[in-house]
Order: sequence, then C-alpha cells, then structure tokens
Amino acid sequence: MFGWEFPPHILGGLGTASYGLTKGMHANGDMEISFVIPKPWGDEEKGFANIIGACNTPVAWRDVNWDYVQGRIGNVMYPQMYFDLRDHIYADFNYMRLNDLGCIEFSGRYPDNILEEINNYSIVAGVIARTVPCDVIHSHDWLTYPAGIHAKNVTGKPLVIHVHASEFDRSRGKPNPTVFGIEKDGMNNADHIITVSDLTRRTVIDKYGIDPAKVTTVHNAVIPLSDELLNLKRREGKDKVITFLGRITMQKGPEYFVEAAAKVLQKNKKVRFVMAGGGDMEAAMIRLAAKRNIADRFHFTGFLRGKDVYQMFRDSDVYVMPSVSEPFGISPLEAMEMGVPSIISKQSGCAEILDNVIKMDYWDIDAMADAMHALVSYPALHSELRDKGIEEIHQITWEKAGKKVIDIYNQVIASRR
Amino acid sequence: MKSVCFYFKIHQPYRLKRYRFFDIGNDHYYYDDFADDEIITRVAQNSYIPMADTLLDMIQQSNREFKFAISISGTAIEQLQMYVPEYIDKLRQLSETGCVEFLSGTYSHSLASLEDPEEFMREVKAHDDLIYRLFGQKPKVFANTELIYDDEIAMMVASMGFKTTLTDGAKHILGWKSPNYVYRACTAPDLKLLLTNDKLADDISMNFNNPEWDEYPLTADKYVNWIASLPEEEQVVNLLMSMDTFGSFLPAGTGIFEFMKALPMFGKEKGIQFTTPSEAVAKLKPVDELSIPYPISGIDEARDVSAWKGNELQREALRKLYAVAERVSLCQDRRLKQDWEYLQSSDHFYYMSTKNMADGASHAAFSPYDSPFAAFTNYMNVLADFLVRVEEQYPESIDNEELNSLLLTIRNQADEITSLKKEVTSLRTDMENREENLIEVEEKPAKKAPAKKTAANKAAVKKAAAGKSAVAKEKK
Repeated sequence: MFGWEFPPHILGGLGTASYGLTKGMHANGDMEISFVIPKPWGDEEKGFANIIGACNTPVAWRDVNWDYVQGRIGNVMYPQMYFDLRDHIYADFNYMRLNDLGCIEFSGRYPDNILEEINNYSIVAGVIARTVPCDVIHSHDWLTYPAGIHAKNVTGKPLVIHVHASEFDRSRGKPNPTVFGIEKDGMNNADHIITVSDLTRRTVIDKYGIDPAKVTTVHNAVIPLSDELLNLKRREGKDKVITFLGRITMQKGPEYFVEAAAKVLQKNKKVRFVMAGGGDMEAAMIRLAAKRNIADRFHFTGFLRGKDVYQMFRDSDVYVMPSVSEPFGISPLEAMEMGVPSIISKQSGCAEILDNVIKMDYWDIDAMADAMHALVSYPALHSELRDKGIEEIHQITWEKAGKKVIDIYNQVIASRR
Repeated sequence: MKSVCFYFKIHQPYRLKRYRFFDIGNDHYYYDDFADDEIITRVAQNSYIPMADTLLDMIQQSNREFKFAISISGTAIEQLQMYVPEYIDKLRQLSETGCVEFLSGTYSHSLASLEDPEEFMREVKAHDDLIYRLFGQKPKVFANTELIYDDEIAMMVASMGFKTTLTDGAKHILGWKSPNYVYRACTAPDLKLLLTNDKLADDISMNFNNPEWDEYPLTADKYVNWIASLPEEEQVVNLLMSMDTFGSFLPAGTGIFEFMKALPMFGKEKGIQFTTPSEAVAKLKPVDELSIPYPISGIDEARDVSAWKGNELQREALRKLYAVAERVSLCQDRRLKQDWEYLQSSDHFYYMSTKNMADGASHAAFSPYDSPFAAFTNYMNVLADFLVRVEEQYPESIDNEELNSLLLTIRNQADEITSLKKEVTSLRTDMENREENLIEVEEKPAKKAPAKKTAANKAAVKKAAAGKSAVAKEKK
C-alpha cells in the first residue's frame, strides 16, 4: 500500500482512514500488508502492517554497515530491510540530493513543492516494488498514484486506487490542471477504483469519465475509541454547547454555521457555540461572528490535536458538520461514538450510511438552526439520537470495509489471469 | 346465510406546515392548507367520488340488498366540506338509501383512547354529533383509530353505550381462532366484538394489482367462492379497507370498480349477503370471550401500537400533548380548541416512527417529512407555540386541582346569586300583592261608615297611596 499520512502524525482524514482500513483488512485474516509512507516517525502502530519509509529507502548505493544503519534509522526500519532495498536499486539517482544513506528527504506533509515530492515518491516506489513481493498494489489518494503506476509497471501486479477525495471536490469545480492530470492518469491506469462514498463515485464517473463498472464504493468506518477516551469527563457548565470541528475552510461551510448560530441565539441565550480548528477562513469567521453580535457566545479554540479533540466532543451537546462537499467525513462518526448527536449536510458522503443524525442541505440555515434548537430544547430527541447513534456506530466497522476491499482484490486478481 | 360486511375508512389529518423554532410565539397558524387541499382534491377525484358512484350503482342494481359501513373521521369531513363539498352530498345520498351505516370513532383519528379517557369520550361524542348533524344517523357500532383495542378500551367503549365494536383479527391474539365469528369482550360482557378478516381484505387491497401473486388475477366469482367455501359455522366476514384503496392505491385501470360491481350478483348466487355490521350482529351470538390485555391495532406486521408509541420521541410528544388536556377543556377559546383537536391526529406520531425495516417502509412512504427526527422537531415546535397559548389562558402555576376547586366555587356562587335574585323578585311581587289586598280591604269598611271614617279613610287611602308610591319607588 502506498499512503501519505499515518497516525499519530495526521493532518486530515486520510491518515485515519488509511490506518483504519489497513487494520480492518488485517483483521479479516490472511493478509500481509506493507504500508509505505513518506516519513515514519517511529511511533506508529506496527502490529498489523510492515511500515516502510520512503525516506529510508535508498535510491543510490552507499557503503554503510549494519550498525550505522541501525543507529541512523533503526527505530523506523529494520536494517535488513534497508539492505534488501539497496540490492534492488534500479538506476543511479546520485544526481539528486540524497542523504548519507542514499535516500531522498521527505517532509511527510503537504509542502509547497508537493509535486516534486510526489515525483520523488514514485522513484522510491520503483525500488520498493522490486524488493517487496506483492499480489496487489493499493494507492491511497492522488499523491501516491504515480508511485502506484510505477510499481504496477515494475511488478505487473494489479493496481487498485483509493479515492479519498478528488481535486474536483476540493476546488469546487475549478481544478488545478496538474493535479487533475495526475488523478486522471491514476484512474486510467488502475485496474479498479475504490471511492469512499457514492458522492465521490459519481464525481469519478461523471467528471473524470471513468467506466462505472470500474468504480466501487467502500464507505469509510470509524475506529472504536479506547476506554480512556470514552471515559473522559465533561467539564462543568450550565449552557448547552454546539460545536463545529474541522478545518475552517470553504469546503467545510463554516459561514453557514455562524449564520445558523446567530439565529439560534436570537431565541435562546443559554447556548454557546464553538468553532474548533484552524484554517484560511478563521479570521473571516471571527469577523462574521462579531458582525452578527454573537461574539460573546461564540468561541474559537484553534487547532485541536489528539486527546483534546475527544475532550471537545465530550464537552459538546451537539456536533455540526455543514460541509459544502465532503467525500466522507469521519468526524461525525467519532462524535456519535462519544455520544454527541450530530447534524450533517446532505452533501457529505457519510450521510449515505448514517440514519441517526439530522441531515439538511448545507445552505439551509433555517433548517440547521431549527435542528440545533430542537436538540438543545427537546431532551427526548437528544437522548434518542445519542443512544441510537452509539448503537449505529458500533455496526460501522473497518472490518466490514476491509472485507469489501479484499473482495475487490480477489476480483481484480482473478480477472488478471 | 353468511354476512359480509364491507367497512370503508376515510381519514385525512390537518397536516402541519414547516414550522421553525423562531415561529414559536409569533405564528399561531400551523397548517399546510395547500398540501391538505391538493391531497384531498386529488384523492376525491381519483377515488372517493368514483367509488361513491360505484357504490350507489351497486345499491340500485341489487335493489337495495347491497349494504355496507363507512367510518369517516371528523377532520376528513371538515376538509371535504371545505375543498370537496360535492362528496358530502354523495355521502348524504348514500345515507338516504338506507343501505349505509356510519360507524362511530374519534373525531381527529386520535390516540386519546390510550392517553386520556375523558378526552377520548369527548372526541367520540363530538364525532357522533357531527355524523348525526350531517347524515341523521346515530352511530351504533364503534371503530377506534386504526382499530386500537384492549380490555380497558373495551370498558370505556361499553360505558359510552355502544353494544358492538370493530377491531383487528390479529393473529397473535386469535391464535387458532377464526375472525369470522362474533366475540365478546371479557371486561365488558355486553360488548360484542367484530374482527376484521385481514387475509381477505389484503387480497383486494394488496394483491389485486400484484401480478406475482399466485391467485392473480382476482375475479369477483373467485373471491365470492372463497367466502362461500368458508366453514358453515363462520357466519360473518368483516372486510375493512381504506376508501382510497379504490381508485387511488388501485387505479381505475386495474378494473377494481368492475370487480366491486360484480360482487353482489355472485354473492346472491352463493347465498352471501352484504350487510351492515348492525344487521350482522343482530342475527349472531358471541361464541367466545376475548381477553386482550395489551393494545392491538390494524397497523404493521406487529399489529400493535408500536407504530405510534414505539420510540421515546413519540412517547415524549404524546406526554407533552396530553398533559394540558384538562386545561384545554376549561378554555373557551375556539381557535385553541380547534388546534387541540387537530394536533391529536395519530398521523403526526406515525411520522415520528423510526422503524427502518420492511415493516417501517410504509411509514416513510406516507410521511411528508425527510426523517422521523424532522417530524418530531416540527411537531414539537408547533406544540411549543400551542402550549404558550394555553399558558396564557391558564398559567401552569395554578395546579389543576386547585383550579378546579376555584372554578367550582365560582360556579356555586353564580348559582347562589341566581337563586337569591329569584327570591328577591318573588318577595317584591309578594309585597305588591299584599299592598293591593290592603287597599281593597280598607275600601269596603269605608262604605259602611263614610262620614266618620272619611278622615280615617282618607288617611288610609293616603297610606295606601303612600305605600303604593313607596312600592313604586322601590320597584324603580
């Protein structure tokens, strides 16, 4: 598998989904998974997949011994792996800037030279493909498609690509031509395409011109939260708390949340609104809240990480995700698991599989405000959604998703023969 | 001779418009008139009116031997009066043939029988008064909202004076027994029970237009044969169907009207009578007692009340609504009482059901809402405004008990004042009469001794005059 993010060093949903899916597939048994990421940190969970760092894969020969390698990258890669990889260098990349181990540096994030990093990633993929035997190649998101294609060319094995998001969605209809090109290329070369929702599947078929038979939806799921997180205590407070948690950017529809909040506060002053996260529209939202005269009841927390996220859920009465276009959206599932009823837009992928949530169109501020008001004013509705929500979430497992992916693998392998 | 009783059910609720929480306290009109109008006009054109014509035809063709029953809710009647008044005329026509029996029921098709006994009785009375006013019939047979029934409801129905009630021939309470007999309620031995035969009714409403069915197509003679070949002892078959099955659910193109028209003829051949329920029950004796401790209904596979009370949302909404039943009954505001009536329709709660499986598929199909949660939110917003209005009339701080006793005192005092006034008037008239007698008595002796007593007489006359004028003054 080729990925870009992996917990705990995640920046968005991609890492969580990659991790969950891999674990779920492993649980189905009889799977050996090698997961390539640009830059492992050493604190990733290793039990279910063999994590290979692109930044630790040599593309040019360096004469180093075991102890040296152990000292340099022993915490993220078993030295024997390094030597195996070194044996399969296929071309001389010394003209590139390499480190002492003959490896390319990767940031592991989304830097300005992302296209360069993607290219480097695919170079490294060539070495890995020649070293590690496999039956199927699985590429997560457009960043890894070139790597996947290269690996397919090298090994002749089938390529499955996983569309977690599309440039079309991200850019609201005005895609960056280079990125679009990479995505299209990946889809064309793939033997099968997995999308995270029917919404995304429609986009792939309509906007990228792909044959519907080649595209299958496997909805994301949610990882069961640890007891530690489930047992977090709620902070004291008399007011009800309604929360928006996510990147404060156009795609997530933050302005609709602020407008709806203003409507609710006109009628009910015993509510507080929280916008948790960071993003390019944060300043604009702060100004909007002030303009609507609700700044005293509207709070911004900045980017939340790790346990803070779950504490935020625990302190909330309602979770709102008014996304303009969301390929899936795992956060409402996590909110529901923490017992927080959610309001989500109909334009999100997770709306396709969730029943015990309130759904509305992202622009329908009246409906959103009405739903928020109902959840804080009618306890029966709140407890019904909370209890039934938890039950529903327990049914949505990565094991099930993993099984579907394995079925696709089998199908793809069989058709190759 | 076997009796077959057709029961045609007509109900439309007053549907709620989209009512947001910021309308609470501002907008006191809750109904989606456009939807109500559109729906009832369409159903009347496709179904009610053509079916009424078909039934009139059948009555005439059979020389008034074809008889049946109609169960129509108060809210449906009101809407028909507003939007399709010609149908009320048709119902009158049908009633005048003498072949149609109107059943009793709740005014707004409500769940009051499960929630508030007094409200239940008031609803039934209001419904029956309306039926009497329009069609001149006093309903004798009772059919509750969606045939909801249990032992307690049996007692309430019997206490209202009904001798017969209709309920569902649900498998889980009948077991091996057949619904084609008359039964007796165990908590009200004088109450006879008629049970619907769901299998035969479904054959018409569900399977008539289903090519996959193994008995498709259903012809009138085949159907009548099935009934005729039931055991000899099974003397009554009760077929309850929604009136809009004929023409709306089963469009005219399926041949459903022709099917119905052919039934009386084939029935006559096989010795089957199409009667009203009262006629059927008059001839038959109850064969057994039925005890039903938990409420049953005619809805869903489960045939219970989970469609309306199955989840916490529904129970909460019902609780909040019926908590103010007493106070509403004390109000004088007509608009408030009308809203109280309309808000009780069971349909509102039906839409809040979260049954997702095949059983619940029908819930989603009829609901004007996106989801049961939207249904709940909308209803609760409307209810919140309604409660605000009830509060204004009768603040919650006064306990209902206290309120009742205060009102009782006021009423008693009013009575007292009336009786005191009567006393005063009668005392005055008494006084006047006495004054008159006094003058007469005084005048007679004056004639005997005119000279002597002239002065006295004059004085007496003066007194009398003074007395009279005093009385006259008093009277003034």
